[in-house]
Amino acid sequence: MVKASGKRKQRIKWSKLYTFSCLNPRTTDNDAPNQQLLGQPGFSRVVFCNQPELHKIKPHKYPSNYVSTTKYNFMTFLPRALFEQFRRVANLYFLLGAALSIPKLAPFSPESMITPLVFVVGISMLKEAIEDWSRFLQDMDVNSRKVKVHSRNGYFVEKTWKELSVGDVVKVNKNEYFPSDLLLLSSSYEDGVCYVETMNLDGETNLKLKRSLEATLSLDDDVEYTKFQATIHCEDPNPNLYSFVGNLEFNNGTYPLSPTQILLRDSKLRNTEYVYGVVIFSGPDAKAVRNSTRSPSKRSRVERRLDYLIYVLFLLLVMMSVVTSIGSALVLKSEADMWWYLRLQENADSPFKPSKPVTSFFLQFVRSLILYGYLIPISLYVSIEVVKVLQAMLINKDMRMYDGLSGKAVEARTSNINEELGQVEMILSDKTGTLTCNQMEFRKCSIEGISYGGEINEVDLAASRRMNVDVERYRISIDGSDSTGQSIEMFEYSVAEADAKQAVLGCDHAIENSDIEHRRIPASGKEPTIKGFNFRDDRLMDKMWIHGSNAHDMIMFFRVMALCHTGIPVEDGNSKRLKYEAESPEEITFLIAAQEFGFKFCQRTQSVMFLQELEPSSGIEVKREYKLLNLLEFNSARKRMSVIVSNEAGEIFLFCKGADNIIFDRLADNGRIYQQATTAHLSNYAEDGLRTMLFAYKKIEVVEYESWNTLFTKAKATVGTEREELLEHASEMIEKDLFLLGAVAVEDKLQKGVPQCIDKLAQAGLKLWLLTGDKRETAMNIGFACSLLRHDMKQFHLVLSKEAESSHQLKAVEEDILSQIRNSYQEIVKGNKKDVPSALTVDGKAMEVALRSEISNQFLQLAVMCDSVICCRVSPKQKALIARLVKEYTGKTTLAIGDGANDVGMIQEADIGVGISGMEGMQAVMASDFSLPQFYFLERLLIVHGHWCYKRISKMILYFIYKNVAFGLTLFYNEIYSNFSGDDLYDDWYMVLFNVLLTSLPVIALGVLEQDVSADVCLQFPALYQQGQRNICFSWKRIFGWILNATLSSVAIFTVTIYILSPAALRQDGKVADLAHIGTIMYTCVIWIVNCQIALIVTHFTWITHVLIWGSILCWYIFLVLYGMLLPEHSQGGFHILIEAIGTAPMYWIVTFLVVVVTLLPYFIFSIIQRSFYPMDDQVIQEIKYGRTDVSNKPMWLREQQNSRKRTQIGFSARVDAKIRHLKERLHRTKK
Amino acid sequence: MKAPIYIYYQLDNYYQNHRRYVKSRSDKQLRYGLQYNDTSSCIPEESNDGLPIVPCGLISWSLFNDTYSFFRGTDELRINRKNIAWKSDRDHKFGKHVFPFNFQNGTLIGGAMLDPNVPLSDQEDLIVWMRTAALPSFRKLYGKIEEDLEANDVISIYFLNNYNTYSFGGRKKLVLSTASWLGGRNNFLGMAYIAIGSCLIVLALVFILLHVKNPRPYGDAMYVSWNWKGIPN
Repeated sequence: MVKASGKRKQRIKWSKLYTFSCLNPRTTDNDAPNQQLLGQPGFSRVVFCNQPELHKIKPHKYPSNYVSTTKYNFMTFLPRALFEQFRRVANLYFLLGAALSIPKLAPFSPESMITPLVFVVGISMLKEAIEDWSRFLQDMDVNSRKVKVHSRNGYFVEKTWKELSVGDVVKVNKNEYFPSDLLLLSSSYEDGVCYVETMNLDGETNLKLKRSLEATLSLDDDVEYTKFQATIHCEDPNPNLYSFVGNLEFNNGTYPLSPTQILLRDSKLRNTEYVYGVVIFSGPDAKAVRNSTRSPSKRSRVERRLDYLIYVLFLLLVMMSVVTSIGSALVLKSEADMWWYLRLQENADSPFKPSKPVTSFFLQFVRSLILYGYLIPISLYVSIEVVKVLQAMLINKDMRMYDGLSGKAVEARTSNINEELGQVEMILSDKTGTLTCNQMEFRKCSIEGISYGGEINEVDLAASRRMNVDVERYRISIDGSDSTGQSIEMFEYSVAEADAKQAVLGCDHAIENSDIEHRRIPASGKEPTIKGFNFRDDRLMDKMWIHGSNAHDMIMFFRVMALCHTGIPVEDGNSKRLKYEAESPEEITFLIAAQEFGFKFCQRTQSVMFLQELEPSSGIEVKREYKLLNLLEFNSARKRMSVIVSNEAGEIFLFCKGADNIIFDRLADNGRIYQQATTAHLSNYAEDGLRTMLFAYKKIEVVEYESWNTLFTKAKATVGTEREELLEHASEMIEKDLFLLGAVAVEDKLQKGVPQCIDKLAQAGLKLWLLTGDKRETAMNIGFACSLLRHDMKQFHLVLSKEAESSHQLKAVEEDILSQIRNSYQEIVKGNKKDVPSALTVDGKAMEVALRSEISNQFLQLAVMCDSVICCRVSPKQKALIARLVKEYTGKTTLAIGDGANDVGMIQEADIGVGISGMEGMQAVMASDFSLPQFYFLERLLIVHGHWCYKRISKMILYFIYKNVAFGLTLFYNEIYSNFSGDDLYDDWYMVLFNVLLTSLPVIALGVLEQDVSADVCLQFPALYQQGQRNICFSWKRIFGWILNATLSSVAIFTVTIYILSPAALRQDGKVADLAHIGTIMYTCVIWIVNCQIALIVTHFTWITHVLIWGSILCWYIFLVLYGMLLPEHSQGGFHILIEAIGTAPMYWIVTFLVVVVTLLPYFIFSIIQRSFYPMDDQVIQEIKYGRTDVSNKPMWLREQQNSRKRTQIGFSARVDAKIRHLKERLHRTKK
Repeated sequence: MKAPIYIYYQLDNYYQNHRRYVKSRSDKQLRYGLQYNDTSSCIPEESNDGLPIVPCGLISWSLFNDTYSFFRGTDELRINRKNIAWKSDRDHKFGKHVFPFNFQNGTLIGGAMLDPNVPLSDQEDLIVWMRTAALPSFRKLYGKIEEDLEANDVISIYFLNNYNTYSFGGRKKLVLSTASWLGGRNNFLGMAYIAIGSCLIVLALVFILLHVKNPRPYGDAMYVSWNWKGIPN
């Protein structure tokens, strides 16, 4: 029996079951002109089916099915990667320096110039190589997937994907991906249909029906292919997913082909045992591959600004060099004779030939460029690379972002743009798989005007809880002295009219009788035991409904649920429960729910459906047979589906399910008993983001049915254009005078923590746009579920009107969209004054028009004004386009998050691309910069790590510039005192060690460990995130402030040391300080100052920071001692310098102390003024958290958290606020 | 003045820190003498008549050669010219067995001659001179007077003005100075300390005043940017 049903299941002719499937567009008329294009340029492809050998030679040689997404290969890696590296200005400058050092033009040795350059470039190239390698491995994985290919004589052998060539006949089994773009020849179904999941292409969850040509239907067995031969003429490879032009020459006939026959690479075969197909486009020609874009190298905003900063510093550098070289040339020209002791007249080296001041100018210029090169430190880039890698490690190792279920953690795949995470203002999110789990759950239903499955939702609960808290708080504030009039009023009506409040809230009984309610609200945290069924209500479950008053309507409701669908049952191993397969996931949940309520749909044959029903009178299960007379299919225009069945007694019923307005229009007068109650429930469900559907039925007299059926059969048999109209008309005739039974609500299950995460992100000032390939209703449901939409929002829809769409005139369409945009814009401007939130929904087709260059600015202007934007039915290309346009138009940092191949474009285009790594399919992750196992980790990634990384990198760069400018300028001042001869004040070793050892490590500690506030506080005050959005830590004001500070410091260091140490004696024994001594003393001051300065900047000290900062200073003295112990020919001026000369001179220490105090004074004064009079948010919060005596003052702490939330209109909290406002208004009204 | 009194000569506008000058020496030759013959860094005072010069280079060639003698009344003051150079220089940098060779034998004579029979380690004038100064005006130790000078003592100084500073308008000075634990007399240091110290006191007062007049309560939430509207002017 089981086997028989299984066999029969596959042999059901779907075309017969789907009476309306003949409505599927047969675009023969439109195709006709396209057919003429074949053979023209752009439509020249010829495919010889089952003769792949013909495609191995010209002129029909096409690329193999090997797909590569790598950036480089073995040959091109070195030149291309090097080219990429030297596109950075700074690297080019360093290369120049290194080149000049080889002919000894530069003051430093070639090794000291080349080694760091090789290091920096090497690390970056290594990173590139590793990333490309993982891309290569991914490619290998895809390319070596197996598929069955026809070899000869009807034998199919397994081959890897990359071995496929055009013309091959392949057999693809259920749940396998198509290896390339195929022409569907036949399937396991007799009528050659198959189901395809295109989630990777467009993100749509419902399955698509593909249908083979009738001519090839017979090719449904391996042996049929022995002699099969055919020729396809078709369009050339292109990225258009939704069009295909071609024809098939087979058995002396020519048949036009349409997209219905094309199976695209990256989509998956579902609900069909197997299909046969011919490879048309292979490898790089496949439409999905053509849709993909190369991953661009991304650079963060901070880094781009750093480029400009480098230009500024370079300008400064050039100016200093020009001054030096002009000085040198002038001195030589006019005064060369005077300096007899220099003997410039005889064999002087070229920089000092008085006869050639121009050469001298040039050579000194080159030399100074490199001598003052400390202004543009190569070590900055080394340190940034190191810091970013360490930051990425900290992100990867954050246990709070580890998903125990999947065993995956957050992965920073490129560490280049960590700090960009702290500046995001716009999130573009995919829906399916990102916000939702792509899993439907039966949640609630309303039968006979009674709602089951829990009445209150979380928003109401939260609102009522908050109101109660408010009451408590105001009560306290009245007890206290600082009560205000307002709070008294509030108190009055909150307490005195508690009854009214209870009535309004309507849910207080829920809190009182929490026991009962618990049994009725599905446990939100726990996974339901039955997949797709998250429903608890003791009034319906466990056969309890049979004790209800009106069991008849209840039974009819369940029958609609169990009969009005296109599903098929499948055995589920050993469990007694059945599983189902159907076209849409909602239908499956209905069937599962019906099974739970005692109406198990257990078998379907061509015309009969079998139900196992619970008999309410006896409480036992009976098996009943229903004859399926007609099936009026669901489609997006009809928005309803009906079945006409007759039961065993011969009674004929029409069961109908559909969208609310459609069903309400078709009710009989006596069928509206429950309409009012159901409408109320519907709006509640919809507000919660549940997908709703109404159930209705009617009994049809046999006579009536007979007459209608003849009409309908006639309509079906009609050929020609009016056929559709006739069918539509026929269905209208029977689908009326219905009796409303109730409604069901299905939840498109959100991923864990999504609403809370969106709430926090909204408070942090981020905007979230939903971009989905799914249809509008589904998108809006999710909008409600994620609190992106509320009913009190002004909603605008941008849709192509029917007339405009049919007119096919671009001009008209544009006009239409433009006027819609203008009208909405006017309204928003008006609404904004009254603080009315607004939302925009855009349809894919309208989007296509709106994104055209002429209109796109006005469209984006509108979209940016709206509090939330939902784009539905958008293609992968459009997603990428939106990402780019939004990025360019707003100039704000954009983050795109998605999980499927259809999000790849958007992920690559956005400033930051995030991939969800939870589900199958790695394309999105491979293209992303960060991968998350769960959406809600985004909150911590942005608000904690992003915020930190941004501040760390900004602080680090600013400090780095400070220390190098301060140091570099002292070299310049020395030139002024040494006749611009280009001599360096410091020993070569000091110069080298400055950035290598003595100041480098504290910066890295700053860049890795710095925190303004702890992670918890970051999360409690999402508003702190706006510091990054406003870019206040790396503004030009700050940058120039720090350069100014550095200049002041260098002046202070140089003048104070020089004037104190020269010309009087240094020590008690009368000895004076020479060049080496003064250089060393000044250098000591520099080391102390830069390390003390960083100690002033750091707000979060760890033992590592302490060790590195004070260790660096100690290191300097240790170095001096060791250096002094070397033989004099190695240490030169440094010989015994600390021990004998300066260390034992008290003057040395006194000068150091004085210089440190003087130099740090400007910054110290600035920071005191800033902190005491213009504190930054994080500083105040630090004070509140750590300094206040009354930290226990919890209400204050909480109040500030409330206040800190940006005035946002989206997110759960905003919704609760809106609800409270709403309730308060109603309270006011009841009071009056 | 209490002994020891240090005698310095001071040169102004003399660029001992010029790159060509600073580099023109060979530390190895100073230490190892003729054994070490790579003296390319000493250009243009590297060799003469094909023979190497010890000590080579412009610095030693231009050795200061003014001499001074001091008289109190008619008594010549004894000037100790030993131990005026750093000990490490005498012991390690300048060889004990390195004697001047072929020095100042060229056509151009820069400065002082050296006694070819005295090893470099004992030529303290040279050692002091070879410690190049950082700035164009500098002092170098000439010797020490090891007896106290009383007020109203008349000191007469006879000096041989050998060294040419006229060509570059440099000035010569002779400085007599004692030294404390802080080295020589140095007004700038004291002034700097006093100035900075008083500056800090003033700042402290200003900030106290500002804080009293217009205090920002510590950790007051009104100052957070989202509450800015609430701040009274």
